[in-house]
Parts: sequence; C-alpha cells; structure tokens
Amino acid sequence: MSSTVVEHKSFPVRFFSYLFILIWLFIAAFPFVWTFWGSFKVELDFFSKENWANAITGVRTIGDTGSAFTGDGYYGAWVKEEFWKSALNTAIVCFFVVCTSLTIGTLGAYALSRSGFRYAFWLLILALVFRAMPPITLVAGYMLPFFEWGLWGHLWTTIIVLVAINQPFTLWMLHSFFKKIPKDLDESAMVDGCTSFQAFRYVILPVMWPGVITTGLFSFLLAYNDFAVTAMLLSKENQTMVPKIAGFLGTTQTEGNVMFAVAAVVSATAPLFILVMFFQRQIVSGLTAGAVKG
Amino acid sequence: MKHRTFFWFFLPTALAMLLFIFLPIISVVTQSLFIDHEQVFVEVENCNFFGCNTVSVVDTEATEQLRAEQPLGRFVGLGNYINRSHLAFSEVGEAWDKSDSVGGFFNNIFNLPLYRALIFTLVFTFTVTPLLIILGFCIAIGVNSLNQKIKGFVIFFSLLPMIVTPLVGSLILFWMIDSRGIIGSSLQVLFDDPDLSLKASATLTWVTLIVYGVWHAAPFAFVVFYAGLQTVPQDTLESAMIDGASRWERIRYVVIPHLAPLVTFVALIQLMDNFRVFEPIVGFNASAHATSLSSMIYSDLDGESRLLSSAATSSVLTIIGVVILLFPVLIRTWRDWDRKY
Amino acid sequence: MFKKLLTAAAISLAGTTVHAACGIEKGNVNILGNEFPAIQTIGAGAEACAGDGVTVKTNLTKEHKNIQVPSLTSDPAEYTVAIVANSSIVPLMNDDLIQPLDDLIAKHGGNFNDNQKITIGGKVMAIGFMANAQHIVYRKDLLEQAGVEAPNTYEEVIEVAKAVKDKGLVKYPFGAAYAAGWGLAQEFNNMFIGHGGEFFKDGAMPNVNNETGVATLEMMKSLTDYMNPDFLTLNNNEINAEWKAGNVAIMQMWGSRAGPLLAGEDTAPGVAENTVLSHPVTVGGGSMPATTLWWDGFTIAKNISDEDAEASYLAMVNAIDPSIMNEEVATQAVWMIDGYEPTPASAGVFATIEAGATPYPMIPFASLLHTALGAELPDFFSGKESAEQTLADVEAAYITAAKEKGFITE
Repeated sequence: MSSTVVEHKSFPVRFFSYLFILIWLFIAAFPFVWTFWGSFKVELDFFSKENWANAITGVRTIGDTGSAFTGDGYYGAWVKEEFWKSALNTAIVCFFVVCTSLTIGTLGAYALSRSGFRYAFWLLILALVFRAMPPITLVAGYMLPFFEWGLWGHLWTTIIVLVAINQPFTLWMLHSFFKKIPKDLDESAMVDGCTSFQAFRYVILPVMWPGVITTGLFSFLLAYNDFAVTAMLLSKENQTMVPKIAGFLGTTQTEGNVMFAVAAVVSATAPLFILVMFFQRQIVSGLTAGAVKG
Repeated sequence: MKHRTFFWFFLPTALAMLLFIFLPIISVVTQSLFIDHEQVFVEVENCNFFGCNTVSVVDTEATEQLRAEQPLGRFVGLGNYINRSHLAFSEVGEAWDKSDSVGGFFNNIFNLPLYRALIFTLVFTFTVTPLLIILGFCIAIGVNSLNQKIKGFVIFFSLLPMIVTPLVGSLILFWMIDSRGIIGSSLQVLFDDPDLSLKASATLTWVTLIVYGVWHAAPFAFVVFYAGLQTVPQDTLESAMIDGASRWERIRYVVIPHLAPLVTFVALIQLMDNFRVFEPIVGFNASAHATSLSSMIYSDLDGESRLLSSAATSSVLTIIGVVILLFPVLIRTWRDWDRKY
Repeated sequence: MFKKLLTAAAISLAGTTVHAACGIEKGNVNILGNEFPAIQTIGAGAEACAGDGVTVKTNLTKEHKNIQVPSLTSDPAEYTVAIVANSSIVPLMNDDLIQPLDDLIAKHGGNFNDNQKITIGGKVMAIGFMANAQHIVYRKDLLEQAGVEAPNTYEEVIEVAKAVKDKGLVKYPFGAAYAAGWGLAQEFNNMFIGHGGEFFKDGAMPNVNNETGVATLEMMKSLTDYMNPDFLTLNNNEINAEWKAGNVAIMQMWGSRAGPLLAGEDTAPGVAENTVLSHPVTVGGGSMPATTLWWDGFTIAKNISDEDAEASYLAMVNAIDPSIMNEEVATQAVWMIDGYEPTPASAGVFATIEAGATPYPMIPFASLLHTALGAELPDFFSGKESAEQTLADVEAAYITAAKEKGFITE
C-alpha cells in the first residue's frame, strides 16, 4: 500500500527526505549517545572542565581505573544504591497506570464521540480546563488529606492520582481518534443485535488499536517520567526511578554522585527500546485493521 | 447514544477527575480568596550550641484562637489577585502615572513578577508550539516513507528527547551547553566568539530554552501524526495519484486535511503544556533570566515559605490564561461539533 | 541513669536484646529527615531500637521539607520525629506542630550535653547533633605562586583573586554559589550580616533597602568580576566540580562538603593536597564573620500519643548516643556529640564557630525575605537594575508575602 506511494518518489525528494531524517536523528539521539558513552567514564571526564574531548578519550578514566571504560556508575547505582527497587516500583506504577487509564479512558472517550448532545462537548471542554491546573498545585493540595486518611506513600495512591491527572489528555487523544471512525460501523453492529458495550468491544476497539496504543504510549511516558507527583506522594521505600535519580544529585549542603545518576538515566532508557519495538508492530497491525474497514 | 448508556460509559473517568481534579480546583479557588490569620508574636530567648539570642516566635496559643474562629483565614476577596505578586493593579497604575514614555512604562511593568513571567511564558508558548508542530509533521512524513525494517529504530531514537527524564536530561544538556561543554564550545568556534556563553545572557537563555522546548516536544507531535498517517485513506491517495497530483499536492489536499483534527489536538495540548513551562527553567538553573507562572508557583510552595494563597492565586490565573489562550481552538471545536451533529 | 543507657547502648551495638536496650516498651517511631549520610547514620541508630511491640520506620528523603508540615499537621501525625535544621524548624514552630521535650528529658534523661538542647522561650524544642557553616576554602599552591597571604576579609579575597588572575594561574579565581534563588539569597544574607545589618525592624518590617544593603550588593558585585560569567546559574554542585577540576583558587563553601574535597576522589591531581579549609572572613571593617551557622537536630511531633512520643524520644536519644561514633561516622559531619574527635574536614566549621559567627536567623518570616531576595537580586547582577531599585523590589515582594502570611498587617 504505502510502498506504491514510495516508488513514485523522485530522487531529489527521496534524498532530501532521508537527509532530513538523518539530521533529525542526529539532533534527537546525540545527547543520549553522548550520555551513554559518558556513563562509562569518571565524573572528571564526562563533565570535564578542561576539554570536552576528555569525555570521548577518557583520560582520567584511564588514570583512575586503568581502562578507558568503567562500570562504576552502574555498579554504584544498581548494587550500592539498590536502583533495581525503584525500577521495580516504576514498572508497577507504569503497568497499572497504562491499564487503568486506557480502560476508563476508552470507555469515556467512546461515549463522548458517540453522544451528539451538547453536554458531551461541554464535558470535553471541562476536561481541558481541568488539565490546565498545574500539577504541582494539585499535589500540594493532596498532601494533607492523604496524610489525614493514611493514603500517603502507597504505590496505588500514586497510580490513581497519575491516572486521574492524565484522564483529560487520554480523553482528548482517544476522542480525536474515535471521531474518525464512521458511526455507521457501530450503529450497524447494534442493528445486528449487539449492546452498546459489545459494539464497542468487538467492533470499535479492534479498529482503534493505533489510537489506543499511541495513547497508551503517552500514558506510559507520563507515568515513567513523572517527578512532581512521585517525588511528593511516595515514601522512600516506594520511590520510583525519577525521584531516586534526583536523589543521586545531592543537596545544597552535601555532595551527591552525578555518575550514579548518569548511569541510572541510561539504564532507565533500556525498557523504552523494547516498548517502542512493540509499539511499532502494533501500529502496523492497526494499519491492516484500518484497511479492512475501508 | 442514550443518556443512560453515556452515563455508565463516562462514569469511571468522571469520578476520577471529579475527585482528584475538580475538588482540588474548588479548594484552590477558595484558598485564593483568603489569607492567613494575623500572627501574634512574642519575643523569647533562643539558645543553641552556638549561644543565646533573642528571637520572635509566633505565639501559638493566641494564633490558635484566631484560627479556631475563622478556620479558612481572613477573607480578602480578590485581594490576592491584585497584589504585587500577581496582577499588581496599583503598581501598574503607578507605573502608568510615573512613566513618561511607553517604553519606560513597559520597563516598569516587566519588573513586576507576574508580568515578567507572563512575557517569557507567552514568547515561549508562541514560538515553541508552531515550530514543534511543523517539525513533528516533517519527521512523521519522512519516517512514514522509510523502509519497514528500520522504522522501529528510527522511532525509538526519535522518541529519546521525550523520554530522557527532563530533570536529568536538562542536567546533562546544561553541562553540554556550558562554554566548555561540547555544544557550547562548538558554538564558540562556529560564531568565532571565545567568550560566547549561552548561560550568561538573558536572550541566549531564552533561545536555549526555546530550542530545548522544541527538541523535547517534537517527538510528541511526530508520534501523533505518524499514528494519524497510518489511517490516511489509501484509495483517496491512489486516486489522487492517478489524477496526476504531485507529491506536494497529495500532502496538501489529502494528508493535511486528514490530519487536521490531530493538528488541533496537538496544538491544544502543546499550547497548554508550554504555557505551564517549568521543568527546563529549573533544570537549566535559568530563573535569573526566565520565569514562568509555574515556576512562580513552585517557589511559593517551597517547604519553608509555604505561600499557599499566593500559589493558589497563580494557579487560578494559569487556568484562566490557558482558557484565553485556547479560545480560538475551542471555538473551532465548537463549530466542528455543530457541523457534525 | 546515664550509666544504664551507656551500657544499654553498648549492648545494642553488640546486637543482642535490641529493644530492651533503648528502654522502649511499646510504641511506633517514624522518622522524617534529609537523606545525606550523617542523617542515614542517625536513622539507622534509631532503627536499631525496633523489636517486640516497637516499630521504627524512616523516610529520609530530599523532599522532607515539603512533606514535613502536612505530615505533622494530620492527626495523628504521620511522622513522630522530624529531623530539622535551624531554618526548617521554623514552619513547624509557626504552626505549633512539635512538642517541648522538657518532660521527656526529665523522665528519661539522655546521654547528651546541655548545649545540644535548642531552647526557645525556655522550652527545649529540639536536640541538636551536628553543625554546619559556609566558610572560605583556598588553594595553598596557587596563593603561594601569586605571592599572597590567605585572606581575613572580603577586601583581601578580592586582592587574592586579582593577584591569582593577573598571574594567569586560573581564569576565574573566585567561586561561590550565586545561582539565582536560595543560594544567591544566602550569600546576600552572609554578606549583609558581615556588614552588621539587621534584617528586620519594627517587628516584621524589612530593613534591607538601606546603605548596608547597597554596600552588600556592591561587595558581591565586585566579587563577581572574578567569577565564572555564568555565576547566576552555578550552584554548589557546579562550584564544587570547578574546584575539583582545579579551576578555582578561593571559594566560599559549605563545611559539610569539605570531606570529599580533601578526599581527592574525582579530583584533578594536586588539588586535594593543596586545599585548605580556612575560616569565614569579615567585610567592610566589621567584626562579625560574613557567614551563618547551622545546626541539625531532631524534634518530636505534637499530634501523636504519649506512648509514641516516649518511644520516639528514646529511639532518637539512642541514635545520637556518643557510642555511635567511629571513624567512618566521624567523617560524615561536624558532630556536636561527645566523643567526636574533630577530623581535618571539620576545621572550617570549628573556625567559624570560634570566630563567633551568628546562627542563621530562626525567625518566623526569615524564609519569606530569603525567597524575595532569591527572586529579585538577579536583576541587579545581570545589570538590569540599580542596587537601590533591586532592594526596593525585594522589600515590596517581601511585604506582599508577609501580608499574606499575616506577619504584617495593613
């Protein structure tokens, strides 16, 4: 399908398109590649004040450890500082945030996109206004009631909060995908005797995979990257990766260990790779599903 | 869809938002109308390891009584909104009376915290949002035409700016743009200026933050558009091709209209996120040259000062600002809605 | 009593009959505090008291300051113990969230000195266990090469910096955390105290927009001539890194950061062995050192049961017992605990105490002025405003905040 379109491209178009993607890849990935490389160096090399090229050659790393690469940052973060615990917590939080968000979000967004009444529009607008609220204010407001009711510090409290804060986004995103699916599709299913829920489950959802997966990806990224909520609402034992990494950086009065943070950041990116590969395949399968409907 | 069915479909998400967003908004709006009680002080002696001195402390018993009488504090109406930390009506009026030129007036205005934050926030929002949409769109078109096998890798690397945790991402970038870091010193060579420092001047700090903003958010636009491209009706594209439409014409008349609702969506979300810009300011230690509404809230909520009413007021102003900002998009959505039903 | 506790502590270290060791029968202890190593040691000391019917939990995190007020406001309080410093105890005092310890001390005693008791209005509100201060650190070799003596005043610091710079030894010889926000305001506080300034007058009215304030800013501005031009973005972490790379000849630094500087890990060759922890300096002919003293101590929450309060007190007393001292612990901080043998890293802080420096003001509204300074001062340093205008802005911002908190009435 799309390949037929590709074949018709002229050489200059293809050349500039590839060149553009190459430049973009360089801009997007360079800081990360730099960090990945630097995570195997000592602090004086990666953050070298003499010459940034030290981060490439590793002059001090060789001086300190005898080899141009050192796994000290990784050892420190994962073994000494037990980063794996935070990784586990992040995995739990992400999994439940994505599942819950998508479940209640697809139901709500489907309803919004299939209701012709004015209140559906106003609900969408209201959701948008809700999203305008700065998360730091929300979190500051949760603290006292959460302590009062003994909800503070638990993973599930954070999961629910992240789901709720992200609902407006999920609703809007899924709504804009749902809108593009012709109404007659589910209407004909209901004529055939399906209930609304069955029409939603067996007819709409399969067609919707690209939208759902993409929304899921963003829910995941939100939960994965969040600092404001997780730093303030989780106790130390339930800490997720990002606040843990922030903790490596030290305080005003005391020194942290920046290289632990750098190593932790690099390791925290690995699961994303797997996720994106999965995402890519789902998008493609969604594409076929979309073609069937046409 | 029937009201009843709608209700059950929408209930879970409504409950979540009601409890965790709507109720807090109500309490924030209430808080913004009140200020703390008068504090009663007593002078007492304070002794520690280093010796003794006289300090004033809050007389908790007397304050307790005031607190019991009025649990919410003192009602000030819109007092918090018009004080110097926010809309600063009297200071703006004074500046108007005193300044002899329009330039001088604006100089005085931008010395007030809220207006200073607002000017940066608006410049940031209105440069970053269009740029990232254009960039994201181009990447999506480019990636979509790539060979299936390398797509996954390209998507992964394209997503990196978004995934590398802003907090640490900006720490590393903060170092890279230092005058001795790899980007900073490359720029020095490029512009042939050995004293060039991105951190020392206000203008360059703004440019840095804007470039970071586009870099960080372009993957978002890219992914949304890429997903949208997968559902572009192939038959329309093919018939356009048979009719002899050029590549550009196909993009202009088939792809872009198809993606229009997604562009609206990305614009909505990004206008809002950029208006609440916060993490790069903290990550780049940039508050000397750039502040935003959200960074004002952040410093108000500091554990030692705890200016809760001020933070609440700034939050309500943020919401109002977002609503004003999104008004054109909302009207468009409203028209779409009317046309559809 | 003391003897009993001492033997008890010894037993606890031996790892037997732990809970009886702390003398706690029953209760829950939950400790909130910062996360650096010295506090971790204290937390571990308290956790050693856990046992039959006694639970001890800790939450030692960077976010402790943001968590402490709401968590102690709830009834019952989430945490029974808050480990605080002389600035972070203030919000707890303002909201009446911690209890006087006099009764607990009378009942259970404790193996600490009288001067560890932090008393306010005659009541013991906290028990201190460590001290900290900012002071001057310099590079012996660079000063020698430049042919200058170690400075005793900021005027001499400028001379030293000038000499080092003129010799071309390093490009930006002076370092201090002038990053906009808390750090810059703290340096202003130091310099203002050095100039003999009083922050407040007539109760809570600000008193910085005057000659002293202007002199303070002028002095800071002359120092910035010898600093990295990015100084408004450089905090303690970056200044410390510059030092370790050998790019700074003289700096103002926290005593608590001195240990790693002397240890020489991740440091350019020749830097650590030439690093001298000096003392704070005076300014403008004044006698008061331009710095502040800090302490860390523990407080006990008010909204908790008497049983938990007793358990918490005993656990904390056990945690700060002189018996915790060993070689490693001694390097973690400048302890106020008996049996602490000062290490080389503590020299600067002790010199600061000896110089008669003043503690950071423990005043209900001090943090509001601190925040206002941190937000408004950058305008002066980036050359946008005159000193007078900046200080007027500081006062206006402070007054707005203080009115909101009820410290100033119309």
